[in-house]
Amino acid sequence: MSTPVDPGQRHPAAQPPELDPVVLSALGLSVWYGQTQALRDITIAIPRNKITALIGPSGCGKSTLLRCFNRMNDLIQGARMGGEIRFDGDVISGDIDAVVLRRRIGMVFQKPNPFPKNIYNNVAWGARINGYRGDMDELVERSLRRAALWDEVKNKLHRPGLDLSGGQQQRLCIARTLAVEPEVILMDEPCSALDPISTARVEDLMDDLKNDYTIVIVTHNMQQARRVSDLTACLMLDDAGQDGHRTGILAEFSPTDILFTNPKDPRTEAYITGRIG
Amino acid sequence: MSGSRDKAADASSVHWPARPRYLGWIESGVALALFACALVTVLTTLGILIVLGAQSIAFFQTAGISPLAFLFGNSLKPDAKPPLFGILPLIWGTGMVAVGSSLVALPIGLLSAIYLSEYAPRQARSILKPMLELLAGVPTIVYGYLALLLVTPALRRMLEPMGLRVETFNALAACVVVGIMIIPLVSSLSEDVLSSVPRGLREAAYGLGATKFEVSTRVVLPAALSGVLASFILAISRAVGETMAVVLAAGMRPQITLNPLTSIETMTTYIVQVVSGEASYGTPKYLSLFAVGLSLFAATMVLNIISGLVLRRFREAYQ
Amino acid sequence: MTSAESRFHPDRAARRLVGPIFGAACLAATCTGVLALVILLGAIVAAALQGPPHNPWYALGPNLRELAGLVQKLALGVQSSNPARAGYRVGLAGSLWLLGLVAVVGIPIGVGAGVFLEEYAPPGRLRRIVQTNIANLAGVPSIVYGILGLALFVRAFGVKAVALGPTLLAGVLTLSLLILPIVVITTQEALRAVPRSLRQAALALGATRWQMIRDHVLPSALPGIMTGTILGLSRAIGETAPLLMVGAAGSLLQAPKGPLDRYSALPVEIYNYAKEPDTRFQMVAAGGILILVALLLTMNAAAIVIRNRFRRYD
Repeated sequence: MSTPVDPGQRHPAAQPPELDPVVLSALGLSVWYGQTQALRDITIAIPRNKITALIGPSGCGKSTLLRCFNRMNDLIQGARMGGEIRFDGDVISGDIDAVVLRRRIGMVFQKPNPFPKNIYNNVAWGARINGYRGDMDELVERSLRRAALWDEVKNKLHRPGLDLSGGQQQRLCIARTLAVEPEVILMDEPCSALDPISTARVEDLMDDLKNDYTIVIVTHNMQQARRVSDLTACLMLDDAGQDGHRTGILAEFSPTDILFTNPKDPRTEAYITGRIG
Repeated sequence: MSGSRDKAADASSVHWPARPRYLGWIESGVALALFACALVTVLTTLGILIVLGAQSIAFFQTAGISPLAFLFGNSLKPDAKPPLFGILPLIWGTGMVAVGSSLVALPIGLLSAIYLSEYAPRQARSILKPMLELLAGVPTIVYGYLALLLVTPALRRMLEPMGLRVETFNALAACVVVGIMIIPLVSSLSEDVLSSVPRGLREAAYGLGATKFEVSTRVVLPAALSGVLASFILAISRAVGETMAVVLAAGMRPQITLNPLTSIETMTTYIVQVVSGEASYGTPKYLSLFAVGLSLFAATMVLNIISGLVLRRFREAYQ
Repeated sequence: MTSAESRFHPDRAARRLVGPIFGAACLAATCTGVLALVILLGAIVAAALQGPPHNPWYALGPNLRELAGLVQKLALGVQSSNPARAGYRVGLAGSLWLLGLVAVVGIPIGVGAGVFLEEYAPPGRLRRIVQTNIANLAGVPSIVYGILGLALFVRAFGVKAVALGPTLLAGVLTLSLLILPIVVITTQEALRAVPRSLRQAALALGATRWQMIRDHVLPSALPGIMTGTILGLSRAIGETAPLLMVGAAGSLLQAPKGPLDRYSALPVEIYNYAKEPDTRFQMVAAGGILILVALLLTMNAAAIVIRNRFRRYD
């Protein structure tokens, strides 16, 4: 493990909250879509085996930040990135093979998006294309168990994944991500399309997973951030520039209990008390 | 950067081998193969332009004729001595078929489109629309045969008692069958544009107390006019380029006439005539088919491009 | 009486009258198309049955066996100057050869071009130009493709060494270019309908672009691509004019055995019979058209069914 970067020196909002080893970090990260800037000068260090929540008003660039970590922004025409992102000490913001990176940094999306294949192949496909050398049946079972879905689907592994309920589908997507054995799991509002009971199950699952994985979750739901995360980063929109366009910035990054009980930044306070939304 | 790339690969455990190199080769090989496929479409256009262009130049040189005399000469006698290559009769014949078939197809096609998009109940629509699409799948040779078998005898029976002579091959029969042939084109394209007129516009008109007829003809149709026009132009372009139906229905006599009951010749039929005849490679007659082909290509291309531009204006307004 | 009522004078009677009349006219127009289809098929069946026992065609029931016998006879016989013995065996074989080879040559190129344009080509000026070019190619009259095939494949600009002559292969290449725009456009439409979430899910697992396309995008787009393929192929076997240009023979007694043999095609043979002045050949032509139309309508109907089913799912 290489030395974790210490971004705290550069940005007052990003005090490293604890002395956990940092697994993912952004240093002065800026993102542009064409001419418009979506994120400015984000510096954040995400510790290992913790759940980090990204909150903030709509359009502040939470998902954009999340998608920088596994380079999904590369797929958007005209997206550019400035600054630096490191993963395990390696720079991943430059010229790297994003395909190799994405196996190690998995992603779960807002809407459950299982493949139109059966449950078994939904889980096995990622492992297969990444050249997994172990026992596939065993991997599928382990991943489904880990995603707390095994008992519900073990008798219908060859039924289409799309036949499952919404909450089951989302856990299938999590199992699919676990099957490629990533180190980090990025979750982009994973519960926003789910009912409260399914949401609770996914949240329990996240708590369970954090022993082995680092989780970064984007959420609109402040209660959820409070319930599940160890650390919370609150993003904000800055004041409009001369072109009237507003850019996302990092307002505050602290342990969740501190951020919600004693926010340092007035904008964060305004947001979590519901005055900005 | 390569250092970090290697490191990313090294980090893989026993279960996760480094990405084999051949995967990269497959990736670029596939991309290259697909690119080659896309290139074929471009090469096809270039091929058409080069073939028609080069052979037409060869024609103008060997026949010793100017393009203007070619286009506006009113006598086409490729077998005479010296041969005459004025294709005005062909242009005239082509125009006659285009105008005649439009008279058949445009009103019927447009009314069908209005019915399908404004009047038809769901079920009727779900039956009628596929039927019209099937009509579009009938090969053109069948329409030509139909002209000989049905249309011309019917015309004879109707017109000859009135003292009009109907030739076995005549322009009118060609117009009728080509018209029927392009109905599905007009109706399906027009129906697409009519149904993409926003619903709010219709509701606004109904809200003012308009009847269905008024909404269809005074609100929806004007709003979709450019799109409907585009479909008309495309249909005319199809009529201009139609070959087999015209060959069998209208015959092969190049003449400038207003009488639709006599045989005419279009650009497409002339090309078929030259190829089926004895003209040997490199003679002016053989080469003339390329010059006629170029004129035909240019005519349909101009129509298609105009249609595309008109359609784009419609799309800009509503999509 | 309020003042508003006196100021509006809607001619209710006229408006009530003209609406249904217009609606009926529209319905009638729609039926013209359908009617044309019915008349067309009826007339052809009638003409095919103008054989020796002159039964009215609408008494189809008793004639059905006769019709089947006629079609069978036509499908097995070869080209002949005697209408009683003439048949389409060689043309039918040629058309099936064309169908198979175009499916092997033309369809992969078309699908490949569609995949490239939709999944690989970076958006921009160049892609727009290529796209416009394909739309224009779709509007080029089929006989122009015939001219292209004649100069390029059959004659090779007069270079004898590479000229294919009027062989099956020349016909296949010409028809492959002809159907390219249809296949490309329908492939692109099918690919565009594949949801973005599916692509993202695959890429987020560490799939390469081709792995994503091969395992997820193409299977999802398959029904749409099939529709395009069938439409393209049915266009290819219905075409006459380009085949006349590239030298499909009218009278040939031998079916081709390989891509470099001379060949004939069903529509070309139909054309040859149809232009015979002897009216007895009209019956032969009608029988051929029955075979051709049955083949094509089946293919088109299959394409329409696949497409409609496909639409229901998205």
